[in-house]
Amino acid sequence: MATGAFWKKHENLYFALTNPKVIIGLSLFLLMILLAILGPMLTPYQYDDFAGAGYQPPSREHFFGTTIMGKDVFTRVALGLRSTILVGFIAGTVATLIGCIIGFLAGYYGGKFIDELLMMGTNIFLVIPSLALLIILSAYLQYRGIVVMSLIVAITAWPWTARAVRSQTLSIKNQEYVNLSRISALNLFRILKEDIAANMFSYVFMVYILQFSGTILAAVGLEFIGLGPTEGISLGLVIKNAFDWNAIQLGLWWWAILPGLVLTTLVVALYFINTGLDQVFNPRLREL
Amino acid sequence: MGKYLSKKLIIYLITFFVAVTIDWAIPRFMPGEPIGMLLARFQGMEGGREILESQFVQAFGLDQPLIEQYFSFWKSLFSGDLGISIYAFPKPVMTIIREAIIFDIVILVPAILLSWVVGNKLGAYSGINKKADNLMMPFFYFLTSSPYFWFAMVIAFVFGVRIGWFPINSAYGSTIRPGLTLSFILSFLHHWFLPFLTMFLVQLGGWAIGMRNMILYERSANYARYMESLGASDRLIRSYGFRNGVLPQVTGLALRLSGIIGGALMTQIVFAYPGLGFIMLRAIMNHDYFLIQGTFLFIVILVLVANFLVDIAYMVIDPRVRYSYSGEVS
Repeated sequence: MATGAFWKKHENLYFALTNPKVIIGLSLFLLMILLAILGPMLTPYQYDDFAGAGYQPPSREHFFGTTIMGKDVFTRVALGLRSTILVGFIAGTVATLIGCIIGFLAGYYGGKFIDELLMMGTNIFLVIPSLALLIILSAYLQYRGIVVMSLIVAITAWPWTARAVRSQTLSIKNQEYVNLSRISALNLFRILKEDIAANMFSYVFMVYILQFSGTILAAVGLEFIGLGPTEGISLGLVIKNAFDWNAIQLGLWWWAILPGLVLTTLVVALYFINTGLDQVFNPRLREL
Repeated sequence: MGKYLSKKLIIYLITFFVAVTIDWAIPRFMPGEPIGMLLARFQGMEGGREILESQFVQAFGLDQPLIEQYFSFWKSLFSGDLGISIYAFPKPVMTIIREAIIFDIVILVPAILLSWVVGNKLGAYSGINKKADNLMMPFFYFLTSSPYFWFAMVIAFVFGVRIGWFPINSAYGSTIRPGLTLSFILSFLHHWFLPFLTMFLVQLGGWAIGMRNMILYERSANYARYMESLGASDRLIRSYGFRNGVLPQVTGLALRLSGIIGGALMTQIVFAYPGLGFIMLRAIMNHDYFLIQGTFLFIVILVLVANFLVDIAYMVIDPRVRYSYSGEVS
């Protein structure tokens, strides 16, 4: 049967799509994407519109209630989620790329000078507290758009990826087919791409998911302490706004807590996907 | 054994060097002339401009070439002189930091140690008990995914506002004078609990998940199967698995330290708890560059010291590290 052959060929995909954790994670993730895309269309309000009375708890008119000033929290969250996902996408991609390039090179030249040098740089970045570094980097740039924000976050997010990719590369590079490529004088780029990266695809993909959620958390943290994008909107700014207006002390939980709950749901979804895929790629974890 | 530590120490020294260099560059290369801005802000103050200007010229050595400024920065660093804060005016930065860093330590040390121990135990338990596993794991996923500051807000709302058991502002009551009196200690603990709880819970999830996975790995390892076939008790196999699983968890602690300390900064901001993070935020909002420099430096030192302690702990736990560096086993 054609479908049977297809699943045989893409065995991992089959295990992934039948893994309950991946299913839960993917559904939650899609839900969040839908919220980001369709959410703003469900309400007639814009980000800064006065939507009605202030201090309103969640109701049919205002799904997430209103702020002190009477702005619709749901609209703000949905719009903020868009840019937050965008930051995760850009920063996660950049951080994964930097980490992979450094990790591949260091691993491929394992033990040589270039490896020592790259790993020393990585270890230094790993130890310097990234949040403190982020605070300082962002304070430097007085005008920060979303892309600049993402790049700032990516600069501090790559080190653990570089280390993890390096150790994976170290274990692959002594395989015979890599030696064969080396003997046949294949250039470095092709060896890294075809022999090493291709065999680590599943691993790098999982790293990417973790980077995606990690950079989102870092960006939102920056936004919360007031060093987010200078223009535009984001989930962190919504939470910061609530915090600055003492929403907690005033008991406006829908304003202070719900935006963060959406954020946490997004991160949990990614985490579920990641652990599910871990079980798919490492059968030893599948047993329980 | 000495070689292992000295290798680590060299990395930390280089990191320290890099951090100090970044630190030195903070006020000098900030765009928009921060120093000019500061001077302008204090123009209205009687004699403020003169005080500040002399302080800046003296502290930054702005009339000297950059390289000399750099060396004199190191020199004043080792004499413990980090300048004078601007927003808390005549207070030296060093004094502010000395007062603040205690609040970081009293939160961080118990939270890190307790969540590591409890998290590992819970993780090991859920690694062998399917029922507990299904019950606890979603909760742990949730904990490890929550941003520190958001979780702090949830805790503050639930325990501080809704139930109202704990204060959510500052480190002790405003009417109490700090000192070794019973009322101060009680007030301190009362304020300490929620930030501690936040730090403890958010970290807990990660340790539990990590240990659970280690136990699953170890249980299907060959040695575990072999022991099983020899008829060893389940308990014995489990305890070996646990001991093997602890090692990556210690390494994980070293990797996560900088994130944990970052989380502590956020938590302090939510609870207005006067540790380094809270001070740093204040310093940034007030463009107090001496204080930004000082707090950044001490946060880095905190992370470095903590990393070094983890390295020592790792060496004590794992005999292989000791042997491989002292040449007992080739």
